[in-house]
Amino acid sequence: MELLEPQPLIFEKSRPGARAARFPAFADGGADLDAAVPAQFRRREAAGLPELSEIEVVRHFTRLSQLNFSVDTHFYPLGSCTMKYNPKVNDRMAALPGFAAMHPYQPAATAQGALELLDDLEHLLCEICGMDRFSLQPAAGAHGEFTGLLVIRAHLKSKGEGHRNKVLVPDSAHGTNPSSARQAGFDVVTVPSLPSGQVDVAALERLAGPDTAALMLTNPNTLGVFESRIGDMAAIIHRAGGLLYYDGANMNALLGLARPGDMGFDVVHLNLHKSFSTPHGGGGPGAGPVGVKAFLDPYLPVPRLRRVEGALAWDHDRPQSVGRVRSFAGNFGILVRAYTYIRAHGAEGMERNSRAAIINANYLKAKVRARYREAAPGPCMHEFVVVPDEAIARGIKVADIAKRLLDFGFHSPTLSWPIRNCLMIEPTETESRETLDRFADALTRIADEAASDPEKVRSAPHRLPVRRMDEVAAARNLDLRA
Amino acid sequence: MKVPDHLKYTATHEWVRIEGDLAAVGITDHAQAELTDIVYLELPAPGKQVTAKSPVAAIESVKAASDIYAPVSGEIAEVNAALPGDPGAVNARPYESWMFKIRMSDPGELAALQDADAYRKSIGG
Repeated sequence: MELLEPQPLIFEKSRPGARAARFPAFADGGADLDAAVPAQFRRREAAGLPELSEIEVVRHFTRLSQLNFSVDTHFYPLGSCTMKYNPKVNDRMAALPGFAAMHPYQPAATAQGALELLDDLEHLLCEICGMDRFSLQPAAGAHGEFTGLLVIRAHLKSKGEGHRNKVLVPDSAHGTNPSSARQAGFDVVTVPSLPSGQVDVAALERLAGPDTAALMLTNPNTLGVFESRIGDMAAIIHRAGGLLYYDGANMNALLGLARPGDMGFDVVHLNLHKSFSTPHGGGGPGAGPVGVKAFLDPYLPVPRLRRVEGALAWDHDRPQSVGRVRSFAGNFGILVRAYTYIRAHGAEGMERNSRAAIINANYLKAKVRARYREAAPGPCMHEFVVVPDEAIARGIKVADIAKRLLDFGFHSPTLSWPIRNCLMIEPTETESRETLDRFADALTRIADEAASDPEKVRSAPHRLPVRRMDEVAAARNLDLRA
Repeated sequence: MKVPDHLKYTATHEWVRIEGDLAAVGITDHAQAELTDIVYLELPAPGKQVTAKSPVAAIESVKAASDIYAPVSGEIAEVNAALPGDPGAVNARPYESWMFKIRMSDPGELAALQDADAYRKSIGG
């Protein structure tokens, strides 16, 4: 089948003289290039661009797009990424001319509809999370973390507690947590986990103190386990004079069920490209709104929306603000999509989705645990972590299992994180029971193959246009000709 | 994992071979197995002054990038110039693939290094 053949590079398809558009010559012969462009700005040799007809370009990129694994084509159980379906109605709303054809510099008086949407979205996110204010500016999860930590730092400084320079981060945290803390000027202290996967609260108590600025926490955590002692942890951190930061990466387990604000968190960020069904991966772009309790409101990024005599306007006069963190109003088109998702599902629908995400994960875990050891036994939330002990004992790597899954038409789970040699699986609410059954069957079959025909797993994939890449050769013999 | 008895070891997985006032440094068999296929190696310039536990070289595999730390303080006396052109040698022969030699300014620092038994224990061998 032609579609399954490897595709040459567009440069390899180039034929001298082939082209799409032909422009007529200038009637007057055109401007004198030498006179119009100074010598140092003139190209001395051809740009080396490929030469193809229009249909060749269209076919090239269409075929490449057909080779892609995406949520629209395949089950995508990439743990901690919430690769749920991106409803097409989101795109339709974002494409409405009233939104899509706006200009960020047009006067606020002519953009009241868009500003109402932003204002309404802020209030909806507050209600969903139990927070008082949200900034929609940050353009990604880690950007939200960084912004939230700047807010915390500004607050501590204004209280005369700028000496608090330690951010506590559990060892199972997303890697972005410690790096965001460092970027925001804090030192990172790692909090150990218990064998159950939960934070070691006794250790947290020992580590919290007069230098504590904040604890960053994901709940449920990266093993898919709910931190049931969150109330104790909040009390410990607040008693020590620090703040609680909620990483919303795993919020898909909690929508409509529990609110970070009620758990004691002072700052949260959400990943709209995870929990709120906006595109994720491939450039997204993302959106990582940051929510705070009222006492942190003065520090949120400028400008803020303010209602003056019934109309919304941007308020730049906020002297304690950490400043602007993103141009204009953030990734506006993405915010429209998230708003559409919330409005389409409503409070009940989002709660149903979270329940389905949790049930799907538990169902899938129950189906695979006979062959894949659970990292945290017991019920999970929206995702779970398993270790393929049998296969690893036979010298098979988790990456081999991931490549073999491609043959069955499944994207890989997250690998070797948060623990070594593991698969981190997040089915989301999107998938049907039939899809989950097929995925569990594929994992079981791969476990069988690991014993009966390990080479088949090691040399996978077998049914894709390209076989396994030689990463070592590619890295050792870089070909950077362009 | 091989842990030769005649070498000294650091907690950051460098091995050290004493050659008079020189300390030859490489990475252990355990370290190369953890890194997997090594694809890039950046060595310091001879003459550079280094302090114990500070990063002096960089190594990259298909899986990870990592610093290599000076086990002792002193001056880089010599580097294994052939190695960056053949990084796979570190995987194949970790204990022959010395990366640099430090002319020690304080041989007393050697006492802080682990012997083979202690290192074996630290990696769960």
